[in-house]
Amino acid sequence: MGWIGDTVDSVKSIQVRQALTQVVNLGLIVTSALVIWKGLMCLTGSESPVVVVLSGSMEPGFKRGDILFLHMSKDPIRTGEIVVFNIDGRDIPIVHRVIKVHERRDTGEIFILTKGDNNPMDDRVLYNHGQHWLQQHHIMGRAVGFLPYVGWVTIIMTEKPILKYILIGALGLLVITSKD
Amino acid sequence: MHSFGYRANALLTFAITILAVLCGLASLSDNFNFPSPSAEVQVLNINWFQKQPNGNDEVSMTLNISADLRSLFTWNTKQVFVFLAAEYETPKYSLNQISLWDGIVTSKEHAKFLIHTSNKYRFIDQGSNLLGKEFNLTLHWHVMPKTGKMFADRMVMPGYRLPQDYR
Repeated sequence: MGWIGDTVDSVKSIQVRQALTQVVNLGLIVTSALVIWKGLMCLTGSESPVVVVLSGSMEPGFKRGDILFLHMSKDPIRTGEIVVFNIDGRDIPIVHRVIKVHERRDTGEIFILTKGDNNPMDDRVLYNHGQHWLQQHHIMGRAVGFLPYVGWVTIIMTEKPILKYILIGALGLLVITSKD
Repeated sequence: MHSFGYRANALLTFAITILAVLCGLASLSDNFNFPSPSAEVQVLNINWFQKQPNGNDEVSMTLNISADLRSLFTWNTKQVFVFLAAEYETPKYSLNQISLWDGIVTSKEHAKFLIHTSNKYRFIDQGSNLLGKEFNLTLHWHVMPKTGKMFADRMVMPGYRLPQDYR
């Protein structure tokens, strides 16, 4: 019976209050990150307010690993703007510049053609077969701001998922074991 | 309290905060630059002008573009993307913007230029409305910063007209 008593004692000796504080702290960090993300979504009106540039098609303006801040305002899209669009049936958004716009007088529909600054050809080759124009519903936002290099963190983490787990684990451990 | 981890953490947080503040200040400093670029465009020649088999008009032209964009450059400017677009209205479309030429200027030394070129992108109408069409040529510039907010502006040059017949 002795070892059961010992175990009970040791369980009792854990400071329940401190453990709870740590859990609440961890929860606060996670939720505040979520609040910031969702808040940005509300402010910018874009479903992904921040995107990481994955290809070199906009060099030398944007390099792989740069971060773009998107905004989705009511203003119509015009030539020269850098938009992020999603082609039907494909997951990966593309960041390219608008080179042609035609706006219908009766319906207000817009027809957009894009091109990467560093690509020799316009984007018709990227669009679905037979698709000549992008329309409003393809557009996820337009780029308004720019921060270099920061996106490498996410690129490295998506390419080497093990690093992600190590980092999350280490951070979690740090939060739980910190004394004050 | 004064463990290595804590000190490393504090140092990292401080460094990142300073970096973020500096990036913000660099971007803000662009607001104190009031640029005054100038540009002039001439249509030297209509190379050819025809109706495509699908009924859309297409025109090819030779352009002379001279511009002085040096005042757009600040210490936070990485590049200026400059392009010339034709803009006009048709009965069916309230706005047509067609980029004819674009270029990337990466330094102040190259920001004053004179270019003689035919249109880089095809000038195709959505329909057949280009005969005798009056159009604007607009020079747009998009300033990409080293960090922070991007700026854009343009200069409209009205009063260009396409010929009355195909050639």
